[in-house]
Amino acid sequence: MNIRPKVGVVSCSGECCSLGTLSRIATRLVLENLRADDTVTICLPLFLAGSSEERWFAKMFPTVAVDGCHRLCAKKAITKYSAPTAASVDVESLLEKWGVEAPANRRDLDASGVRLAERVAQAVAEKVDEHRRKATRLPS
Amino acid sequence: MGKKVLILPCSGIGKAFGSINRDATFRVVDELRPGKAETNCLSLLVMGDEDAKRQVQTSRCIAVDGCSLECSKKLIESVGGKVTTHYRVMDFLRKHRDLKPGSITFLDENGKKLSQLLAEEIAEKVDELEEEAE
Repeated sequence: MNIRPKVGVVSCSGECCSLGTLSRIATRLVLENLRADDTVTICLPLFLAGSSEERWFAKMFPTVAVDGCHRLCAKKAITKYSAPTAASVDVESLLEKWGVEAPANRRDLDASGVRLAERVAQAVAEKVDEHRRKATRLPS
Repeated sequence: MGKKVLILPCSGIGKAFGSINRDATFRVVDELRPGKAETNCLSLLVMGDEDAKRQVQTSRCIAVDGCSLECSKKLIESVGGKVTTHYRVMDFLRKHRDLKPGSITFLDENGKKLSQLLAEEIAEKVDELEEEAE
């Protein structure tokens, strides 16, 4: 039996700028639309506050960290308290690569901001797919 | 004008409550009380950023949590910050039962109304804290 566990997609909280809003919205789009059957999320603040369940999940199951900026708080937190992430996405790096500015408003994305979040979500979904293709074959 | 009031939402991603407290915080900081209130990344604080820790330790902090797990409050206190005022969206919803939010990713009309009401209440609290400090 080939078991492919769901992947935990974990967004940083990113309150300080719109990059955090992009990472959060993109994560939700992956969970709700793009890879609804293959992904779950864990709540980063709960994880940081010491929740044993969230930390156990990130230790036992693959995770993809979605960070707004180069500080990579979600990736570092998962690595520090649970296990190395299976993959990570740095939204700020993606935008630099694409030559795109971050949205001006961190509260409410306009139409172009939503399109950008959808593009980031696609990049996250590709990371999920990459990991699942390499998923470990476990004994039944 | 003294040091700004620091508002830290939990931004929980699993429920609409987290989207509402995040939205309400941005309304206060960017629209209702710019210059009087500020926010920062909760995760940055907990990951040991010295500037973020110092900011929390020296500010009047408002924790805005979504649920009874109270992650924002706990995390502020874990780095030696003092929570001056604490809000929970789930309690706020009890006062506005007709505004049950239905969406997480993009707030629906009820979620937006709830966020606006919560933001107005937080903004008044910011004013109170400013007056007390003067």
